Amino acid sequence: MKRLYWILAAVAAVVFVVAGWIIYVPGPTAFASGSTVALGDYKDTNPTGVPASLATADLVTRGEYLTRAADCEACHTAKGGVPYAGGLAFKLPFGTLYSPNITPDKETGIGNWTDAEFLNAIHKGIAPDGSRLYPAFPYPSYTLLTNDDALAIKTYLFSLTPVKQEAPPNTLMFPFNQRWGMMFWSLFYNSNDRYRPNTSQSAEWNRGAYLAEALGHCGECHTPRNLLQAVDNKKKFAGAFTAGWRAYNLTQDKTTGIGSWDVETTAKFLAHGHVEGLGTASGPMGEAIDMSLRHMTPEDINALVVYLKTIPPIPDTSLPIPKTMLASTFPSDHEIDENARGAKIFAGACAACHGWSGKSPILTYADFVGGRTVNDPTAQNVAQAIIWGVTRHTPNGVVKMPGFGNAYSDDEIAAVANYVTARFGAEKSSITANDVKKISGQASQ
Amino acid sequence: MSTNASLEARGLSRRDLLKAGAAGFLLVSFRLPVARAAGDTFAPNAFIRIGDDDVVTLVMPQVEMGQGIYTTVGMILADELDADFNKVVLQHAPPDKAYNNPLFGIQATGGSTSVRAFWDPLRKAGAAGRAMLVEAAAQQWSVEPSTCRTSNSEVIHDASGRKVGYGALAALAATMKPVGEPKLKLAKDYTLIGKPVKRKDTLDKTDGRSKYGIDAMPTGVKFAAIAQCPIFGGKVGHVDDTKAKAIKGFQQVVADDDFVAVVADTTWSAMQALTALDIKWDEGPNANVNSAQVWDALRAASKGTGAVAKQAGDVDKALADGTRYDGVYELPFLAHATMEPLNCTVHYTKDACEVWTGTQVIARVQEAVAKAVGLPIEKVTVHNFYLGGGFGRRLDHDMTIRAARVALHVDGPVKVTWGREEDMQHDVYRPVYHNAVSATLKDGKIVGWSHRITGSSIMARWFPAGFKDGVDGDAVDGAIDQPYGFPNLKVEYIRAEPPAVPTGFWRGVGPNNNIFAIESFIDDIAHREKVDPVAFRLRHLDNNPRLKAAIHLATEKGNWGAPTSARVGRGISVQNAWNTFVATVCEAEVDENGEVRVHRLVTAIDAGIPVNPDTIAAQIEGALIFGLTAALFGEVTIENGRVQQSNFNDYRMLRINEAPKIEVHVIPSTEHPGGVGEPGTASGPPALANALFAATGVRLTRLPIDREALAGRKPV
Amino acid sequence: MITLQVNGQPHDVDVSPETPLLWALRDVLGMTGTKFGCGIAQCGACTVHVDGQAVRSCQLTIDMVGNRPITTIEGIGATDAGAKVQKAWLDLEVIQCGYCQSGQIMSAAALLAHKPNPSDDDIDAAMAGNICRCGTYVRIRAAIKKAATA
Ligand code: FES
Ligand code: FES
Repeated sequence: MKRLYWILAAVAAVVFVVAGWIIYVPGPTAFASGSTVALGDYKDTNPTGVPASLATADLVTRGEYLTRAADCEACHTAKGGVPYAGGLAFKLPFGTLYSPNITPDKETGIGNWTDAEFLNAIHKGIAPDGSRLYPAFPYPSYTLLTNDDALAIKTYLFSLTPVKQEAPPNTLMFPFNQRWGMMFWSLFYNSNDRYRPNTSQSAEWNRGAYLAEALGHCGECHTPRNLLQAVDNKKKFAGAFTAGWRAYNLTQDKTTGIGSWDVETTAKFLAHGHVEGLGTASGPMGEAIDMSLRHMTPEDINALVVYLKTIPPIPDTSLPIPKTMLASTFPSDHEIDENARGAKIFAGACAACHGWSGKSPILTYADFVGGRTVNDPTAQNVAQAIIWGVTRHTPNGVVKMPGFGNAYSDDEIAAVANYVTARFGAEKSSITANDVKKISGQASQ
Repeated sequence: MSTNASLEARGLSRRDLLKAGAAGFLLVSFRLPVARAAGDTFAPNAFIRIGDDDVVTLVMPQVEMGQGIYTTVGMILADELDADFNKVVLQHAPPDKAYNNPLFGIQATGGSTSVRAFWDPLRKAGAAGRAMLVEAAAQQWSVEPSTCRTSNSEVIHDASGRKVGYGALAALAATMKPVGEPKLKLAKDYTLIGKPVKRKDTLDKTDGRSKYGIDAMPTGVKFAAIAQCPIFGGKVGHVDDTKAKAIKGFQQVVADDDFVAVVADTTWSAMQALTALDIKWDEGPNANVNSAQVWDALRAASKGTGAVAKQAGDVDKALADGTRYDGVYELPFLAHATMEPLNCTVHYTKDACEVWTGTQVIARVQEAVAKAVGLPIEKVTVHNFYLGGGFGRRLDHDMTIRAARVALHVDGPVKVTWGREEDMQHDVYRPVYHNAVSATLKDGKIVGWSHRITGSSIMARWFPAGFKDGVDGDAVDGAIDQPYGFPNLKVEYIRAEPPAVPTGFWRGVGPNNNIFAIESFIDDIAHREKVDPVAFRLRHLDNNPRLKAAIHLATEKGNWGAPTSARVGRGISVQNAWNTFVATVCEAEVDENGEVRVHRLVTAIDAGIPVNPDTIAAQIEGALIFGLTAALFGEVTIENGRVQQSNFNDYRMLRINEAPKIEVHVIPSTEHPGGVGEPGTASGPPALANALFAATGVRLTRLPIDREALAGRKPV
Repeated sequence: MITLQVNGQPHDVDVSPETPLLWALRDVLGMTGTKFGCGIAQCGACTVHVDGQAVRSCQLTIDMVGNRPITTIEGIGATDAGAKVQKAWLDLEVIQCGYCQSGQIMSAAALLAHKPNPSDDDIDAAMAGNICRCGTYVRIRAAIKKAATA
C-alpha cells in the first residue's frame, strides 16, 4: 500500500519534471557564457538605442530607425495596403488573426494610447482595455526593449498620417478566441525583463544581441516552437516553418546552418538579402531585408554578425548540403523525361529568367545555384514563390517575380516545384497538388 | 455581280478616264457593292492604276493584320488582269468615307469580310482593265482584239509574234471605251488563284524592318506611359508626383479626367515614373462589381423573353412532344491580348494633328482624334501601320483618343504605350454569354430546336444599324444560320449588358458562342441517344453537301472511330458560319488530375474557291490555337470593379510545347469565297469539349475547361 | 553614359544604367525590330543575343550588359544560323502578324547555333518562352527543322 503510494508519487514527480522541462524555455541569450547585469550597471557602450551616427538626431528620426529595426511594418501592413494601417491576415491552424492598425488614427488606430498603455502592450502584451494580445505580436521579444526605445518607436508611429481602417475581426476557434487564456501563457513565456547586457561578451556582441532579440525578433520565425507555441530556445535558431514559409537554420552549423558563411558574406546577405552563389531571400525574409535590415548602419549589421557567429550549431537533419554545381546549360532529353510536366512549365514560364543552368542570364537575383530554397526537399519556399511571386526592393529598384498561382493548377505548380528542386538542388522534392493547396493556404495575405 | 454594279463601273470609268488619259496612265475606278447602305449615289472606292512603268497599283481600304490580305487581294486582281504579280503594289487607302467596307458600311477590316467582299468587283475591274489594254494593242497593230491574248503584263499577238507591255499601252488604253460586261476568266484558266503564293508582307517581318504602330518614331518623339482608373468608370482623384519627378528622364505628368499619363525620355522611365506616382482614384459606382454578380445578372436576364431573331415552323408545338433535351452553355469574359500592346503616337499643333497607329478602323480614328483635339477632320492625318494582332481589339479606337488627349499637353509628338497590364485590364472584353438550348426528337431526328442567347450587344455600341428590333446581328450569327435542317426552329436574343465591363468584338465573334453551344448540345443529344456523334450530325445535313464533304474528309483524316487508349477521346465540331464550311476533329487526353493534353486537331475546310490555299491553312492553324488557348485557360474575372488578370503569368497563353499537331485540309471549290480568319477560333473549343467528354464522360458546359471537374473531384 | 556593342557597332546611350536593354534599343537607338510584349520575361518578343545567348532584353539592364556583344533581329541575318532561320521562315510562310517573330527568330537562331540538329524536346525547351498569339507554332517547329537540314 505505502509502496504503491511512493511509486505514484515518484511517477507524478517525473511527469511534473518532464512536463516542466517540456514547457520550460531558457531566455534568448542564455546560450552565452558569462553573467548579465541590469542595463544601468553596464559599464561598456550602451547596446540599446540608435547607432552613434544618429545619436543627435531628433526623436522621430531615431524612432524611425528603431521602428524599422523592429520591423513593425512587415506585419502591420496588408498586402498592397497603407504601411502600418494593419489588416494583414495570419493563417493559423486554429483560425485567422488580423494585424491591427498602428497609425495614430484615434478610432481605428492607436491615436489615443498613452505612453504607459503603449509600454504595457510592448512589454506585457496587454492592450489599453486590459485584454491580452496574441503572441503573434512578438512582445516576448519586445519586452527586452528599453522604455526609451519603445517610446521613440511610439513617437515615430504618431508622426505618421492617421489612416482610418478597421482590421477585420479575428476568426479563432475556441478556446483560442479566449484572450484571457494568454495570461497564463505570459506567466510562462513573457519574462517582462528589459535587456540585460552580458559582461563577459563584447559591447558589439551585446548590441548584436539587442538588435537580434529585442528589435529584430529573429527567433520568432527561425526558432522552433514548443507544444504551447512558445519560441523554444533549447533549439535556438535551428529553423522552423512560419506563416507558410520555411525560416532556415541560422545556427553556426557548417552544412545546414550558416556556419560556413564568413563574416563578410553574412553581413552582405543581411544587408542585401542576396549573395551570388547563396541565392536570394524571398517571402518574409525578403521583406525583413527590404523593410528592416537594409536600412541598418554597417556597424549594426556587423554587430548582428558578431552575435550570430556565437550561436551554437544545431544541425538540421532534414536539409542536404546545398549543391553548388551548375546544371547543364541546356536540358538533355532524360532531364526532361523524368518530370515532363515540370520541365514543360519550366521551359515556358521560368527558364527565361532563371536559366537552365541555375545561373540567370539576366538577373543575379534570379540565380538558383547554391541557394537554400532550391536545396530544400520540402520545396516549401519554392512553391510559395511560384504561387505568390516575389517582390524585392533593391538599391537599384524593384526586382519582381510574378506569381503563377492563379493561372496554373496545383498539379502543375507541384510538378514545376519538383522539377526545380531536382534540377538545381541537392535533393529533389516530391510535393503533390494537395501540398500546394496547403502551402498556399498558410501564407499571410 | 449585279448589272447595276457593272453599269456603275462603266459610268464611273468613263468619267475618270477622261481625266486620266492625259496623265499617261490607265486608271480603273470601281465600286465595292455596299450591302447595308443600299441606293446611295455612286462613287468609286477603289482604284487600279497602271503606270507607264508597268507597275499596277491597287489602292484599297483593307489593312494587313496578319491575315495575308494584301497578297490574296493582289492575286485576284493580277489574275484577271493577267498582270505580273511581282509588279502589283498594294496601297492602303487614306481614311475616306469612300472606303466603307461593303459588309459593314463603315471603313473597317474584320469579320473575315475582305476576300468575301472584294472577290467579284476586283475580278470585274481587273478584267475591264485587261480588255482596255487589249483594245489599245489591237488598235495599235490594227488587228482584231479577239486575236490577242495577254500574259504576264503583256498583250501578245501570236499570229504576228508581236507583244507589248502594259506600261507602254497604259496611256492609249486610257482613251478606250470601257467594256460594260468584261468577260471573266474561267476557273481553269487561273494562273495565280488557287495556287499557294508567297506573301508580300513577310520578308520585312524576318529582319525587324517592318513597322508596327508601336515602332512609329517621328523626329523628336517623346514617350508616355498611361494608367486608367483600375475600376471601370472610375475617375482621377488626386495625383502626387513628388516621387515620380525623381525618376531620371521624367518630363511631365498629364492628368486627365479618367487617366494619368507620364511623359519621359524612354517608355521605361515613363513606366517607372508612372508607378512612382501616388494616384488617388475616385472609384465611382462600380467599386463593388464582381464576377459573381455579373453571372447572376446574366442568368437572371436569360429568364426573360427574347426578341425573335429567326423562326421556322411551329417550335412550341414541336417542343411539346417527342423526346426532349435541354442544355445550358456559358462562356466567360476574354481579353484580346494582342501581341503588340495598345499604343498610339500623336503630334498635335494648334492647326494640325498627325497620328501614327495600327488600326482596323482608320476613318473612325481620324474622326475621333479630330473631335478630341478640336480640329476639323481634314486637319488630321492618320498614318496606318501593320497591326501586331487585331483580333477585334483594334476595331475600337479608345487608345487613340487617349493618346490625342495626352498630345494636347505635350510639345512635339508623343507615343503613348500601354503596359501589358494596362492592355489587359482596360480591354473591351469578349462578352459573357448564356445559351439556353432545347430540342425534341422524333425517329432519331431533331424536329424542334430552340436557342436563346443572352449577352451583351456589341453592335448596339459599335454599329447601331446592326442592332435591329432587339436583335444583335452578330450575337445570333451562327445560330440563325446553323447548319442543320431542323424543320421547326426558333432563335431568340436577350440583350444583357454586364455591369461596368465594356465589351467588344473578339476573333470568332458571335459564332464563337453559338457554335460552342450548338455543337456541345448536339454532341450531348447524340450521346444520350446512343448514336455516334458524326452519324447523328450527318442525319440532319442532307441539304448541306459542302459541310457533309468537310465532315467526311475531317473524320477520315482524323481517324474517327479508330480505337483510342484509356482517357483519350475524339470529338468533332462542324459549322458553316462566314459562308465557310468547317469540320474539326480533336483528339485529347485527360490524366487522373484533370490535366488536358491536346494531341491533334484535324480540320477540313471548304472556303469556296481557295484563292491562296496556304494562307487559308495558316489562318486556320492560328485560329485553332487562338480558340484552344481560350478553351484551356481563358477567363477574365472581376473583383471590386477591377480585372484580376494582369499579364501572361495569370492570363495564360498556349505555348509551343503545349500546342497540338494540326492538320488542315483545304477542299477545292469553285464557289464564291468565304471568310477564313474567324472560323478556326470557333471550331476548336467545341471539338475539344466533345473530345474531353469522350475521354472522361464529363460534359463541360462552360469554358474554360474545369480540371477539377474532369478529375471527377467536383460536379460540373 | 554607357556604350553598347550592337551588331558590331558601338552605340552610346545616355539613360539610367537600370534601363532595360529593350528600351535602350527601341527608344534611344531607334532599333525597333526588338519588340515589347509583356515586360516580365514571359513572352519572348524582346529576345536578343548577348554573347550569342538568347536573352530577354526587357529584364536585362544595360549596366548588366556592359560591353558584351549584342545581336538583334536587325543583325541576325549576318550569322549563319540566323540566315538559315530567316529563309526557312519565309519558305514555310511561318509569319502572320509578325509581331512575335523577331523574338521567335532570335530564339530559333540561338538554338541552332547551339544545337544544329535539335530534337522536338530541344525545340520545346528553347522556344516555349516565346508566345505567338497568332498561333504559328506548327510552322515554327517545321521551319526550325527545315533550317537545321538546310
Ligand atoms: S517583353 Fe520581354 S519577354 Fe515579353
Ligand atoms: S505572328 Fe502574330 S504574334 Fe506571332
